Amino acid sequence: MDRRNSIKSIILGSVAGGLAVHGCKPGPEVTEGAAAAGADEHYFGRTPEELELIAELEAEQFFNEHEMETITVLCNLILPPDDKGGIVEAGVPEFIEFIAKDMPHLQTTFRGGLMWLDHKSNTDFGTEFKVTPEDQQKQILDTIAFYDPETPMSEQPLEIQFFALMRNHTVSGYYTSKIGIEDLGYKGNMPNVWDGVPQDVLDQHGLAYDEDWIAKCVDQSKRGIIAEWDDEGNLLT
Amino acid sequence: MQIKESSTVYDAIIVGSGAGGGMSTKILADAGLKVAVVEAGPYFDPADPKQQTQLKWPYESPRRGAGTTRVFGEWDMAYGGWEIDGQPYTHKDGTKFDWYRSQMLGGRTNHWGRISLRFGPKDFKHKDVDGLGDNWPISYDDVKPYYDKLDKLIGVFGTNEGLPNDPDGFFLPPPKPRLHELYYIKGARKSKMPVIPGRLSMLTKKINEDRGVCFYCGQCGRSCQVYADFSAGSCLIFPAQKNGGQIDLYVNSMVREVTTNDEGKATGVSYINKEDRKEYQLKGKVVILAASACSSARILLNSKSPQHPNGLGNSSDVVGRYLHDSTGASRAGFIPDLMNRKVSYNEDGVGGMHVYTPWWLDNKDLDFPRGYHIEVWGGMGMPNYGFGFNPNDFNKFFGLPTGGYGAGLKEDVKKYYGSVIGFGGRGESIAQKDNYCEIDPTVVDEFGIPVLRFHYKWTDYERLQAKHMQETFEELIHNMGGEVLGDTPTKEQDYGLHNPGNIIHEVGTTRMGDNPKTSVTNKYQQLHDCDNVFITDAGPFTSQADKNCTWTILALSWRASEYIVEQLKQQNI
Repeated sequence: MDRRNSIKSIILGSVAGGLAVHGCKPGPEVTEGAAAAGADEHYFGRTPEELELIAELEAEQFFNEHEMETITVLCNLILPPDDKGGIVEAGVPEFIEFIAKDMPHLQTTFRGGLMWLDHKSNTDFGTEFKVTPEDQQKQILDTIAFYDPETPMSEQPLEIQFFALMRNHTVSGYYTSKIGIEDLGYKGNMPNVWDGVPQDVLDQHGLAYDEDWIAKCVDQSKRGIIAEWDDEGNLLT
Repeated sequence: MQIKESSTVYDAIIVGSGAGGGMSTKILADAGLKVAVVEAGPYFDPADPKQQTQLKWPYESPRRGAGTTRVFGEWDMAYGGWEIDGQPYTHKDGTKFDWYRSQMLGGRTNHWGRISLRFGPKDFKHKDVDGLGDNWPISYDDVKPYYDKLDKLIGVFGTNEGLPNDPDGFFLPPPKPRLHELYYIKGARKSKMPVIPGRLSMLTKKINEDRGVCFYCGQCGRSCQVYADFSAGSCLIFPAQKNGGQIDLYVNSMVREVTTNDEGKATGVSYINKEDRKEYQLKGKVVILAASACSSARILLNSKSPQHPNGLGNSSDVVGRYLHDSTGASRAGFIPDLMNRKVSYNEDGVGGMHVYTPWWLDNKDLDFPRGYHIEVWGGMGMPNYGFGFNPNDFNKFFGLPTGGYGAGLKEDVKKYYGSVIGFGGRGESIAQKDNYCEIDPTVVDEFGIPVLRFHYKWTDYERLQAKHMQETFEELIHNMGGEVLGDTPTKEQDYGLHNPGNIIHEVGTTRMGDNPKTSVTNKYQQLHDCDNVFITDAGPFTSQADKNCTWTILALSWRASEYIVEQLKQQNI
């Protein structure tokens, strides 16, 4: 913290000094930067313009109540809840609502696809999709849930494109949530010391490290010792 | 509107705060000179909690990491992209050039891949080898002492391999390969291709008391809060300030032109303050442009005066010409042996490749000049927006249906997690006089500054190199028992060769040379036409190499900056 603050004060001093020459006010980044150290507000690295965009999008409502309910029903069919959790805890419907506003080019496929689902359900079973019994919902999904991997998605029928879009966002929304990442088992995004692939994993794959190669790699017990070299570039420490 | 002048006269005004400008700032400030650093974007410090994206989780944002406002994903630490609102650029004759800009303190160094490769002896004199392009007016021996100092100042991991054109250095020890990289090593050896540890500017070991040591989150693209990766702010400008340097930082300040006097000497710069949208002038004994190869060319071309009617430094008509980017082509493969992986451990590693393949072939056996190196990616990465799209697409390789819904999708995601390996080829193109940027007289940006217009065409040299990359990548994937993803790009698709500009290694717009009629700067990156203006970004590169350009920008900026200090002390400029 000390280093950070001292660097910050050096910067602020010179920026303010530089701007004072012209008699204009320090920019917002500078003053906000000063307030940031030690603040308890949650930040996720957005610029002021990016924060403004997010606030604008969040103030809008794209899908109506019926559409949101249909999305929730559909997402639950795509990834049914289990002991690890489900799409509701993962915030998937809200994520899809946000993405539809953030990526307007997806809106027609999302919204048109939801209308297609209700039309199909009304035609076949006389009820809207969200209240149709699950076995009948699945009868509809079975006709649109599979795609031909050899044909570009943009050339496949709209209802197949729609379902692929919903599946992609359901799966992506789930696995980018806290519970989804736990379910997946991803172990990273935290400070650690990488010291090679564990032996049991090497064994499973029938691989081994070359001794010559490993000899050149970092000795993690000495990572905190300041590097020094001889004149030939051989590391001495 | 009156232009506001400052009464301070700086020893030097440095335009841009990335690799080139950051290094100039450090060398000049450490020498006791008073400098102004003029940066088009805002202040940035990766240690500022408000600006940090490092160690954020996707669910901390409602868009879960999608690239709506930042093209490489919303955690990427570059403020800018291929397109910036209010700052257009145009194209000539239907040609393509994608221009990436990052406007912030530290510029593109905050997000770059940190691949830090020295150019080799051949790279400075390649015309002697194949008759193409031009030799540099300097040789590897001129730059070597600066590469050596750079390795020790900033820190780069790697290994001394004794390769003739991939010189040894003063390396920190590299991290051990990850699982997919072991597969790569095995696959490459089947084709007798060399693989060596990566060379990246990340601190696997302590280098000084001011910077932390890598904690292996794999997120150098987000800029490191403990300064364990190289960024121009955290490794050059902040230390220079801490060292008592006289540095005035002008942020959100977009330079319009270099001002000159009746003798044609530079007197300073004029810039637009983005906050109040008014024009200001700074005075300096020396002006150092380091705004990026294309931005610096733009500033020169916009600096017209009776003494410099064709733009500053442009009596040769060469400013903006010989623009060239690295070649690039990519491919990925699905490796069945990497299915159903154990997720019991964290393999984030450093934010880039632990291993790579430097150029390994002799062009006399090939139908294209120059070479490329291969970058490798893969592994069990952190999910972000897009993770899990087409979750069981690889079922097609087993004759199983693709798509569906239900509990089985979760099994599919886990089954295929970490089973893809990808390659990027990054190669050398031949600088062409007819590939250029110039001023578009019909368009200005929102600050009233005339914008760049690009004219750029690849030749068969680059296309055939990309074809070779594709063949190599497919062979590697087959060697690993994998399935190549996507169709082989055809001749009509330029074999998957990326648009120029895509690799973000643009160089050459103010090329150095001994002849003022065919080059813009001399071997000290000083304008032939105006001796108190220097360029320390990649503009003065006479040619690219099959290497990334940043380490050479830094070494050359150091060299030129020492020359500037010396010339100022001797009162020659």
